[in-house]
Amino acid sequence: MNMQLVTGNHAAGHSLSLAGEANRGARGAVCGIYPITPQTEIVEYVARFPFSKGRVIPVESEHSAMGVCIGAALNGARAFTASSANGLAYMAENVLVAAFYRLPIVMAAVNRTLGPPWNIWADQGDTLMFRDFAWVQFYCDSNQDVADTALLAFRLAEDPRILLPVMVCMDAFIVSHTSMEVELASQEQVDRFLPPCSVPHRLDPQHPVTVGGMAFPPETLSQRMELDEALRRVPAVLEEHRAEFREVFGREVCGAVDSYRVADADRIVIASGTIATTVRDVVDEWRARGENVGMIRIKMFQPFPGREIRSLCAGVAKIGVVDRNYAAGTGGIFCHEVRANLQGQDGPFVQGYLAGVGGGDVVPGLVDEIMADLSCRTAAGEAVWKGVEP
Amino acid sequence: MSVARAELFGEECLLRPGNTNCGGCGMSVALTMLGRALAGESYSLVIPACCGIVTAGAYPTTSYNVPVIASTFASAPAFASGVAAVNDLNCEPGEHPAHVICWAGDGGTYDIGIATLSATAERNENLIYICYDNEIYGNTGGQRSSATPAAARTTTTPGGKSERKKDIIGIMAAHRVPYAATLSVAHPEDFRDKIRRALGIDGFRFFLIHAPCPTGWKTEPAESVELVRLAVRSGVFPLYEVFGGEDYRINVEPDGTDPLEYYGRQRRFAGEGADPEALRHAAQMRMERLRNLAGRRPID
Ligand SMILES: Cc1ncc(C[n+]2csc(CCOP(=O)(O)OP(=O)(O)O)c2C)c(N)n1
Ligand code: SF4
Ligand SMILES: [Mg+2]
Repeated sequence: MNMQLVTGNHAAGHSLSLAGEANRGARGAVCGIYPITPQTEIVEYVARFPFSKGRVIPVESEHSAMGVCIGAALNGARAFTASSANGLAYMAENVLVAAFYRLPIVMAAVNRTLGPPWNIWADQGDTLMFRDFAWVQFYCDSNQDVADTALLAFRLAEDPRILLPVMVCMDAFIVSHTSMEVELASQEQVDRFLPPCSVPHRLDPQHPVTVGGMAFPPETLSQRMELDEALRRVPAVLEEHRAEFREVFGREVCGAVDSYRVADADRIVIASGTIATTVRDVVDEWRARGENVGMIRIKMFQPFPGREIRSLCAGVAKIGVVDRNYAAGTGGIFCHEVRANLQGQDGPFVQGYLAGVGGGDVVPGLVDEIMADLSCRTAAGEAVWKGVEP
Repeated sequence: MSVARAELFGEECLLRPGNTNCGGCGMSVALTMLGRALAGESYSLVIPACCGIVTAGAYPTTSYNVPVIASTFASAPAFASGVAAVNDLNCEPGEHPAHVICWAGDGGTYDIGIATLSATAERNENLIYICYDNEIYGNTGGQRSSATPAAARTTTTPGGKSERKKDIIGIMAAHRVPYAATLSVAHPEDFRDKIRRALGIDGFRFFLIHAPCPTGWKTEPAESVELVRLAVRSGVFPLYEVFGGEDYRINVEPDGTDPLEYYGRQRRFAGEGADPEALRHAAQMRMERLRNLAGRRPID
């Protein structure tokens, strides 16, 4: 076992690099890099890595970092990058292209508040901006989860049934810059876990096609439908890859959702990222007082695990969703999705809580207030802002 | 019919018959010349948003005889850097990697893509960048770009543009790229020779093609090639090359033709803002400066 005390950024850089190196027997690896706090250490890690068949290209912008990945992936290489906040906003146009060209690019994204105001702390608004961009998105809760999910991401992205880019998201500083004990993969394990990257539609001089030219509505519509079908295949394929992960690495990696003490719960708090860890502790405190509360952690946001949420919430009276993000005018984005997916089901109401927006700490006391508020309610109302200075 | 076409254009035809470009389009002619100059070479194209990607036609057909990637408007050199990196990584020792060529308009080159172009040139990526310069945003219906010359009327400069055209070769030379050159569809041998010269050079290579656009220039389609020939003869668009950003070489000496012969045939210059003396003077000054730069190199 290779246990090491490392940051989330280190864990991400390690897994991305080993995945790139694992493609040395095929077309190699390419990484377009551009710095932005708090992800910079990830691309610095990759830039230091001695690839035997790879190139790290230090470009002039995030837009180009993704551009380089797109060109490399279309030429058959394993391609990856990392970014945060306004870097992601600047990259957006090419983020879209990566998915619409069906390229298995992996991006580590450190969730940071979109500016202005300039704020480097945790907020998921940056990656959730890509909700509708057909990227698979995972929200990690620990450094180990980052290290493992980054490897799982390549396996899923490159699966011929999927061929979609994958984002591996983590909370700024709480994960990216905090050291935890992590079992880091070895090159030999990654070589076993990741088959050579194959992009079936890569450039082929014997069969010249134009990738991404003009298309009329019927062809565009069928391409969108194919995207939708690929996204729908993700949950089942992910389970296969998790089983293989277990076999190679001898440990579990969390899939689409995780739940805690929900079996007999009448109230459930749903959260993502590191907030879920705090909620878990508060659930224990409330359980000790005889309160039937539980927790669901949504790890995969896109495609949204609606079926799992529906079955876990069956028979529950009240659901609170904690969002560390704010969609202007409408509240928390996870809350919207949960509501949309529970629609038509008799029973639970879904109350939204905006906590830690702009990076404030979501401490146990705050989660305690959320549970108390949820317990008193008889119906859902407007989203409640938490952590506001009196 | 198809047999006759194959005989006429051969296997090496880059731009296949049947594309939808306007009649008299200089870009179409330039693509044909490029295909001939690259006969026998393995290459792919990266084309940003511009007339050149519309040329490909609609999915699933393509007018191009080589693999093409459509890039976002600003990103052609970034996409191409990724493609070229993988070609280089997969090249057997002693072998030459397949060429990667960006084919971009002036809008993608001088305007929205200039930061990415600059960075790619600075990193000296192993690729060829070709800007076909029709001095206008053709695809969106004829708006100004920073390559539009002074006095030209466009839909966004209805009274004639008051600013002068950017010196893009000067900008590339300032990056000290291994090779930069201008090309004209009126000079096919010079076109072919310089493309072939670039194939033998490693690193970043830049070309600027004067690409007549009858639709945007308000000119007669049949006169396109004659027009750009006048531009070379009068020194409005000189043919020259720059090695390593320092060593300037003029390929075709202007023959003293009056620049107004070039300007006078285009309705885009027929506005009141166009001062004939100023246009003539500007062309002469530019040529003068270029001669000075070329004179800097020792005579061989
Ligand atoms: C980001 C972005 N902004 C705007 C456009 C719209 N657009 C497409 S082509 C074009 C102009 C292209 O001009 P140029 O590069 O000179 O090529 P030409 O059309 O003249 O061949 C514009 C503005 C776009 N595709 N992408
Ligand atoms: S608008 Fe101009 S550049 Fe575009 S296809 Fe027509 S003639 Fe060619
Ligand atoms: Mg143009």
